Amino acid sequence: MRSVSGRVGIWLLLAAVLVLLPHALSFSQQEILVFLTINILLVASYRLLTLTGEWSLGHAVIMGVGAYASALYTKEFGIFVPVSMVLGACTAALVAMILSYPLFRMKGFYFLIGSFAAGEIIRLFWNRFREPFGGPKGIKRIDPMPDFDILVWQFDFFEPVSYYYFSAVVVGASLWLMWRIERSPVGLTFHAVHWQDKLAEATGVNVRAYRTLAFVVASGFAGLSGALLAHYIGAVNPNIFDLELMVFVLTWTIIGGTATIYGPVIGCIALTIVNEIVLREFGLEQMRPFVYGLLMIVSVLFLPKGLESLVQKGLARIASSGLDRDMGRERETPGS
Amino acid sequence: MSAKLLEVSDLCMRFGGLAAVDNLSFAVEKGAIHGVIGPNGAGKTTTFNVISGFYKPTAGTVRLRGETISGLRMYEVARRGIVRTFQHSTLFSEMTVLENVLVGTHLNYRPNIFAAIVGWDSDDRRAARAKSEETLEFFGLLERAGDRAGDLPHGHQRALGLAIAMVARPEVMLLDEPFTGMNPEETNSMMSLMFKLRDNGVTILIVEHDMHAIMGICDVITVMNFGKLLAKGRPDEIRRDPAVIEAYLGSARDVA
Repeated sequence: MRSVSGRVGIWLLLAAVLVLLPHALSFSQQEILVFLTINILLVASYRLLTLTGEWSLGHAVIMGVGAYASALYTKEFGIFVPVSMVLGACTAALVAMILSYPLFRMKGFYFLIGSFAAGEIIRLFWNRFREPFGGPKGIKRIDPMPDFDILVWQFDFFEPVSYYYFSAVVVGASLWLMWRIERSPVGLTFHAVHWQDKLAEATGVNVRAYRTLAFVVASGFAGLSGALLAHYIGAVNPNIFDLELMVFVLTWTIIGGTATIYGPVIGCIALTIVNEIVLREFGLEQMRPFVYGLLMIVSVLFLPKGLESLVQKGLARIASSGLDRDMGRERETPGS
Repeated sequence: MSAKLLEVSDLCMRFGGLAAVDNLSFAVEKGAIHGVIGPNGAGKTTTFNVISGFYKPTAGTVRLRGETISGLRMYEVARRGIVRTFQHSTLFSEMTVLENVLVGTHLNYRPNIFAAIVGWDSDDRRAARAKSEETLEFFGLLERAGDRAGDLPHGHQRALGLAIAMVARPEVMLLDEPFTGMNPEETNSMMSLMFKLRDNGVTILIVEHDMHAIMGICDVITVMNFGKLLAKGRPDEIRRDPAVIEAYLGSARDVA
């Protein structure tokens, strides 16, 4: 009983912090917070893909597929923005499904290179075709999220705070869905495919279908993050979704760790803080690649299981001290 | 004579110029423990890999209950009722013992991503868990259900490998050298596990080096040499077969 109410309390506290957080920040920091929220969805979806053991270099481009698709649906067909975001996510999943046919003939390193090549092909399409992708300049004046009111609260989505709330709800729901998937037998099968694909196949698992499933679902969520981004910044171009973003995703994932769903999220938050607060404050933005590289090496050397391992240790300590307290009380009862 | 459950006919498997399996034919009867033995390099494991769908045969067929299964993918063979184990301790060693067995329930409780999100599969999940725990109990592993599979002692790891295959409720189990690296005590407990499996109606096909074990448990033995069938029969017949003795010990001419 106590642990359940305690857990609810922690979630309520977290929700309160997330609601109040933007009001403690400056305008530019609020904007960064929106990007951070979107990036959390991107990196969490990347971890879902890595559950089956395959690491892709095309994830940033898949995010772009969602962004372009959602932007085009609103511009060309006048589809209501939230609906087109979902359609954008579906488009990204569909593109991933098509790509999976050639890509999953490969494994490991070859898959990595193949996914990079596939991503670059998509980027070349965006660059080459003015219609409908707008060429190197991309698509501009993308419809923003329409304003709406809930009771007394008015949401004007040019305001970063409003868009932050909107994207936090979308990202929160997506994280919950991914958590449900991972905790289910489907997630168990993903892990099985990762650790011993031969044994998994011998027990009747269609290994390739499960790799494809993880890839498609992860790409859908990446596409959703892209759609969130597109309707916030109002313009997309091929350079947003380049290899640099992909390297960031990899860095967040590696520094955060991949064993838990919150690992990459922590990595993303920590590095965004390093990036936006520490580096910007000291005017060291030019040194960003150097700092990122250094952090990556340091974390691989000293925290090979990522930042999440610190959290896991902390949780284990809290759990054991809580247990001690409970046991102590039980021991007291017979005497009293 | 009972029905032929698994039938291998004129099977050939060539790797380049090498014929690892050469015109092999044999049949496995329902409910039997059937051993495949032979000197090193005789093609036993290759035969296994062809039956389980790991390789496509160059020629010949494998039939289960009359249906041709050669050339199917490994998971498709598994879905038709043939589940294999691997040499050495091939397990999901990073996962817990219970999770290992839960993966084996995949065939009977096929997961569905939408049901999993909504929570409609809770009956299936409970049944899969009950079945897994029952199987762990059968193999004497229930008290270690929460341990990491890689941390188990060797004998328990081999038993867990069997448990993963067993929980899928296969008709035929292919065991690839289940006795390798076991001490006599572990070998004996593994042998009694196999008798228990057979009593549960599972047909077992074993590839093995350990002569003591294979002579002790098999109803029928097929002997291979250089990819070809050398002899087949009951253990006592095989033991006295001059061709088998020659293949294992070398002929008098080789010795001289």
